[in-house]
Amino acid sequence: MIAIVDYGMGNLRSVQKALQYVGAQAEIVSQIEDVKKATHIVLPGVGAFGDAMKNLHAAGLVDPIVQAIEQGRPFLGICLGLQLMFSESEEMGTHLGLDVLPGHVRKFPEGERVPQIGWNQVSVQKETPLLDGVPDGSYFYFVHSFYVDAKEQKDVVGLTDYGIDYVSVAGRGCAYGVQFHPEKSQDAGLKLLKNFSQF
Amino acid sequence: MLAKRIIPCLDVKNGRNVRGVKFSADVDAGDPIELAQRYDAEGADELVFYDITASAEKRDIVGELVRRVSEVVFIPFTVGGGVRTFEDIRTIIEGGAEKASINSAAVHTPELITQGAESFGSQAIVASIDAIRRVDEKQPDVLHWEVVINGGRTDTGKGALEWAEELVDRGAGELVLNSIDADGTKDGYDIELNRMVSELVDVPIVASGGAGGPEDMYEVLSKGQASAALAASIFHYEHYSIPEVKAYLAERDIVVRPKVSIGL
Repeated sequence: MIAIVDYGMGNLRSVQKALQYVGAQAEIVSQIEDVKKATHIVLPGVGAFGDAMKNLHAAGLVDPIVQAIEQGRPFLGICLGLQLMFSESEEMGTHLGLDVLPGHVRKFPEGERVPQIGWNQVSVQKETPLLDGVPDGSYFYFVHSFYVDAKEQKDVVGLTDYGIDYVSVAGRGCAYGVQFHPEKSQDAGLKLLKNFSQF
Repeated sequence: MLAKRIIPCLDVKNGRNVRGVKFSADVDAGDPIELAQRYDAEGADELVFYDITASAEKRDIVGELVRRVSEVVFIPFTVGGGVRTFEDIRTIIEGGAEKASINSAAVHTPELITQGAESFGSQAIVASIDAIRRVDEKQPDVLHWEVVINGGRTDTGKGALEWAEELVDRGAGELVLNSIDADGTKDGYDIELNRMVSELVDVPIVASGGAGGPEDMYEVLSKGQASAALAASIFHYEHYSIPEVKAYLAERDIVVRPKVSIGL
């Protein structure tokens, strides 16, 4: 069973419906025990980084999530969920993240409209089973004001151009994060979710 | 690069699509879900459901529509039309829509924008502005638009440019600019309105009202600097299809998302 973690950061119904559409069993959960027994974990989320970490700590979910990743259980962070995987964020002060991948979350430089809202392309940097059957250069739906600046090149799976080339897909082992919303990205997003559900 | 978005708008009343649609046998033109799936399959980048239900059960009807759409349509969609309270916004977002669009209620209760943005994030709150061109007698050469509400029937005395800035300050993550002058004319979007607001605020602008064909979309996405073009009639009556519009734009170097089918 795929556990979609509910920690008070945005609506999770779309993620659940998309996973169910591709044939996966997916439940929205908020209890420590449910995260501990899940085969796969999805961490979605929109909103502020600091609030998200505060909510995860308050719910006692930080350790179970980090442990699941360390045990090699498939993990997918979506949007804010990707950013939370990194060391720290500069969104409204400095906030520590889950720190499973080294790097920083930064605000887009001046020059483009922020937030970025809409469809943009992902240029694949490294072959992974997550993107199996998804053509290089596919468009995905993005909504965000901050981006991850990964410290290690080996964690970079996909890049997107929005004034700068930034990391839109990161991954190490079975732990992945995507800056876009696969649940709102039509065929390309559904294919990615299906791949993940079959890990 | 970020693609410009093409957004069909569906008018829905009591859960049924009401704008005259002449689709052929394979689609129940009155069923918004079937129509939405069709636009999705054709490569629409986003959908807007404009709900004009005027009954006490409105919120339940809208909630049901949103839940049904979110089970079969996997592109972003917005719900607008008579969104008046925080509970209305909650029904739309928690049902699975990406955004709630607020129009007249923002004029009466601007705090609604802030409250919605604080609870669901700015990206979930679209402010829609109905604007009409006016001549300011003191400055007849300066372009001026007034904000109107109730479908253009009520003046507000607010200037559209100032109102756009205020809505963004209050937390709106996107603005829809609906030109009342152009609406229904098929003579093209109000290019100047879109350009001036685009230069004034940082959030994406969705142009609405006046689309007669792909050339109008080209104008507003290039000269008008809009991020997205919304249209209803030209798609519903099959004057143009979404792939035709996107092909026209791509030939003129506008970045659009091509429709790609990936086997699941």
